[in-house]
Amino acid sequence: MALRGNWMYENNGGTCVAIAGADYCVIAADTRLSVGYSIYTRDYSKICKLADKCVMASSGFQGDLKALQKNLAAKHLIYQHQHNKQMSCPAMAQLLSNTLYYKRFFPYFTFNILGGLDSDGKGCVFTYDAVGSYERVGYSAQGTGAGLIIPVLDNQLKSPSPLLLPAKDAVTPLLEMEAVDLVKDVFASATERDIYTGDKVEILVINASGIRQELMELRKD
Amino acid sequence: MFRNQYDTDVTTWSPAGRLFQVEYAMEAVKQGAAAVGLRSTSHVVLATVNKAASDLSSHQRKVFKIDDHIGVAIAGLTADGRVLSRYLRNECINHAFVYESPLPVSRLVVRLADKAQVCTQRSWKRPYGVGLLVAGLDETGAHLYYNCPSGNYFEYQAFAIGSRSQAAKTYMERRFEAFNNYSRDELIKDAIFAIRETLQGEKLTSSICTVAIVGIDEPFHVIDQKIIQEVIDSVEIKEDAAAAADQAPAQDDDKSSEAAPMDI
Repeated sequence: MALRGNWMYENNGGTCVAIAGADYCVIAADTRLSVGYSIYTRDYSKICKLADKCVMASSGFQGDLKALQKNLAAKHLIYQHQHNKQMSCPAMAQLLSNTLYYKRFFPYFTFNILGGLDSDGKGCVFTYDAVGSYERVGYSAQGTGAGLIIPVLDNQLKSPSPLLLPAKDAVTPLLEMEAVDLVKDVFASATERDIYTGDKVEILVINASGIRQELMELRKD
Repeated sequence: MFRNQYDTDVTTWSPAGRLFQVEYAMEAVKQGAAAVGLRSTSHVVLATVNKAASDLSSHQRKVFKIDDHIGVAIAGLTADGRVLSRYLRNECINHAFVYESPLPVSRLVVRLADKAQVCTQRSWKRPYGVGLLVAGLDETGAHLYYNCPSGNYFEYQAFAIGSRSQAAKTYMERRFEAFNNYSRDELIKDAIFAIRETLQGEKLTSSICTVAIVGIDEPFHVIDQKIIQEVIDSVEIKEDAAAAADQAPAQDDDKSSEAAPMDI
């Protein structure tokens, strides 16, 4: 059946970024919700806390994102009832991948990044496409501003190739404060040229003591 | 009970209008280890006796968290209880998914009762051999329900099920009118007392009982063993002091029995 101009989907724009550190993870997303050339709201959170040490940020169609978040939250509750503990970030990553592929022939129009701490307490970032293909990486960006951000992160964070032997750690040696500053800079830059990115950026930092949240203002034009 | 020719099938009525298989299922509940529940206007407490198959094994879980606002204690065939708990958890999750709000307790117990009733009317099934004390909080307040294998359910101020539960019921019958105004801690203490009544002289320690609570601003959770032991110790110190001083212990109001609310 012809797609007829995307009437089943909508792209609400926005950008998400995540960086994994040795003992922390930074995950950030802007708060602008747009459609076409209009702005629906300047104050919409694209970030969702899935488990104690696992946070998901997504850009794309926010209607599908809401449904996906509810789906994962319900599955997490079942897991907690059965196993008496929270899901680890790598486990949640696999669950998200399976959930996305389940709808391979009517996909969730969401471009997701999962960030958190793995069972060893090291930062981890998982990046996805719309149908569940995923990979653990040291950093990632998704959304309308991703094309402007990824080259900068490549330059600053110099992630080693996953094909190297012996395997090199993908997490950045940067300190937590430096990583947060990098994220702020990178969002400010993307806001300059991407019309869908701006208003505010919501930054979450996950470390051993919990999850800390910060909001930073961005250009509103 | 009695062996007779009308008790083979759950779908066979006796001439006296009874379904013996259902009544035998309720016997299974009476044989299980005791569980008690009490409620006030703001909290509901569940307490159970932990029976272990032997000294070498761990004890069976009889208290299950169903959702943040609902928990159950079971008596009887614990395997049936585990399966029903999984069903109840699913119902709560599905309701919250669709309506973005917690499932009211009264609706949950109706679904559970309907599920139990099905097993009393199918020749290829058997009734669940477990009684459940459902404790929960919702917009209408605190609730304690008892769900029977027969498919019946009743709401209670306080109730006890399982072996030697009559002793706990008698203890609570004398006090239940005050429960609504009890504080959280008084409710926990009385739950522990009620459990002690069912032990008939056996020493009460925190290792043989499990206490769980749900309240306004307090999601359902099992109370830590250390805290329970402290409550038990504080109570026993007071009792030893009273006995040693040879005083008459503080007396309960001896109510002439009005309608005993906890039959069945």
